[in-house]
Order: sequence, then C-alpha cells, then structure tokens
Amino acid sequence: MMFNKMTAVALATTFLLSTQALADKYIIDTKGSHAFIQFRIQHLGYSWLTGRFNTFSGSFEYDEKNPANASVVVEIDTASVDSNHAERDKHLRDDDFLDVEKYPTAKFVSTSFKEKGDGTAVLEGNLTLHGVTKPVTIDVEHVGHGEDPWGGYRRGFEGRTRIALADFGINYNLGPKSKELELMLSVEGVRQ
Amino acid sequence: MNQIFSNTASVATRSKGFIGIRNTEQQYGLLAIFLHWLVALVVIGMFSLGVWMTGLTYYDEWYKRGPDIHKSIGILLFLVMLARVIWRILNVKPKHDPRVGSLQTRVAHGVHLLLYGLIFAMIISGYLISTADGRSVEVFGLFSVPATITGIANMEDVAGKVHWYLALLLVSLVALHTIAALKHHFIDRDRTLEKMLGVRTQTKTKFHQPKERIQ
Repeated sequence: MMFNKMTAVALATTFLLSTQALADKYIIDTKGSHAFIQFRIQHLGYSWLTGRFNTFSGSFEYDEKNPANASVVVEIDTASVDSNHAERDKHLRDDDFLDVEKYPTAKFVSTSFKEKGDGTAVLEGNLTLHGVTKPVTIDVEHVGHGEDPWGGYRRGFEGRTRIALADFGINYNLGPKSKELELMLSVEGVRQ
Repeated sequence: MNQIFSNTASVATRSKGFIGIRNTEQQYGLLAIFLHWLVALVVIGMFSLGVWMTGLTYYDEWYKRGPDIHKSIGILLFLVMLARVIWRILNVKPKHDPRVGSLQTRVAHGVHLLLYGLIFAMIISGYLISTADGRSVEVFGLFSVPATITGIANMEDVAGKVHWYLALLLVSLVALHTIAALKHHFIDRDRTLEKMLGVRTQTKTKFHQPKERIQ
C-alpha cells in the first residue's frame, strides 16, 4: 500500500512537472485530412477564386496554462497547389507564380502568439514563399478541443491572413483587384 | 537498278499530262501532296502559335482565344494525320530518285517516320495537359473530346514538359527536312522535291537516264 501511494505521488509529481515544463505537442492531422491550407483571390475583381495546397505537414505546441508560449510550424509542398483546373495549376506552378522547381517548399514558423481572451488570438510569424521570407500576422480563432471518439485528444484553430503577391516576388499581373490573396488555414492537431 | 529505272521511265511517259489523286511510282498523288502541305502549314503554325500564346499576358485578348484555337486545331490535326497514315498505307510509295544513295534514302525514311511519330506524340501530350483533371477538349465549340487518362499526380506538368521538348525536336526535324528538300532541288537537282510539288515526271525523265555511277 505504502508503495502504491508513493508511486502515485511520484507519478502525479512527474505529470505536473512535465505539463509545466512542456506544452502539449500536437501533430497537424494531414493524414486524416482534418487540416486545410486554402487561398482565395479575386478574379478580375468580379468573383473569388478558391484554391488550396493538398500536401503539407506541421505541428504546434499549445499549453492552456501558458498560451503565450504556443508555437506552430507548417511546411507546404508548393507543387501540390490545386485550383481545380489542371491548366491553371500548371501555370501556377511555373515561374510566373510559385516556380515550384526552384522553390518546392513554403514554410511558416511562428514567432509569437497572443490570446485576446475571447477565443481569438493573433499569431505572428515568418512566411517563406517563393524564396522570400516575410513576417505575417494571422488572426486566429480557437475553434475547439477535446477527446475524439477514437482515444485521442484533438485541438483545432482557424487562421486568416492577407498577403500581397508582390511582397513575395510574384509579379505576374492578374489585375488591380488581384494583387493580394487571402490565406485560410484550418488546422486540427492530434496531441502526442 | 538500270532495269528498274527504265521501267519507271516508261510508266512516266504514260502518266504524261495530269497528276491523279493516288500516288504513282514516279510521284505523289494530289491527295498525298495536299495532306503533306496542309500538315506542314499546321505544324509550323501550331509551333508559332504555341510559343506566342504561352507568352501572352493575362489581359491580352488572345490569352483565352489562343489556347482555344491551338487545342481545336490539335484535335483536327489528329484526324488529318490518321487520314494521312491510312492514305499512305493504301498507296504505293513513289520511288526515290535513283541518284540518291541508299544510306541517304534510309535516313530520309527514318526522319519521315520520326516526323509522323512526333506529330502524334505532340497531339497526345497536348491533349494530356488539357484533360489531366478530367476536362474535355473543345473543338471550336463544335464537339468535344473527353478525357481518358486522368488523376496522375502533376500529370499536366509532365505532359507540358514533354509537349515543349518534343515541339523543339519536331521543329528541328522540320528544319532538317526542309533543308534536305532544298538541297535535293537546288544542289543535287533531282526530283525529290518536285515529286511533292506535283511537278510532272515526263520532261524530267530525260535527265534521269541512268548514269555510270548508279550501275
């Protein structure tokens, strides 16, 4: 009995220490495709064109007790761009746009995370796209978290930001209304 | 060689006056000649259109029209090429000018087959770009050709690369083919080009009497 009690105390202590020392790590669920990197850009100023990147990977760390320590890293395979039109995707991959042979990956690495207390937050970080690294600010909504029905624990966020194509050295003229695009990042992570 | 040529010379005299639709042993018939020059025009035109249209800016009025026309003509060229191959099989092949050496005729034959093969490969690779996502290819809004092979990862990029490099190879061979034809006409002064221009055999046969070196 004595032994059991001690073990319990030891285990509890270890658990507390570990949660304080380390935020929980979540792997973004790209395997089960509960994560999406989408973009939309105006077509001629008359409508919105939506596309996405089908292949990416990433992870984030998040501790409810210390959300300011949260961080995220996402790596995107630029050749996986998909705007639901093969001819357009081919054009997007060539050197007028993403130049995927020269720049096969895009990357986002966070630098800071500030929760506003209403379920939203501001995530700052560096986006590397088309060989150019620029700071971007992403408005984040903490969508939800909890146990999943299959024995795991999940947490999800949605982030939105706008980037100017020219900032990343993409200068193909799509018209005055299409100089910026919106990025929508929906990520669900599975706690490790 | 001498004997074969004497035979062709006598046939040539009989065909004096007009060129038929079908090929003879002396020269190409009207249909083969028409198909040859039609394909020549289309191949050169399609290469020029292809290079030009891929450099157009988004707001150019030809940005959409150029590729539409390019794809439409490509599909029609496929039909023309099929007809051409069938016609070629159904017809006799005009004999080579006997003054042309056998190595040269073999090389020429190889280039001809390669030209045929490349034109088909160009059409197929182009079709595979446009149909990679399951879309069909519209032909001048008259009919459309459905997709067949789809769903291969980055198929449009691979097909696009193949289309470009084969295009370069094809125009290079067209240039070689053209230079060779002009050489035959202006330097060798033989009938090689005339056979494809519909120039009648009859007057020229006099010059075609076997020379010492052929025997």
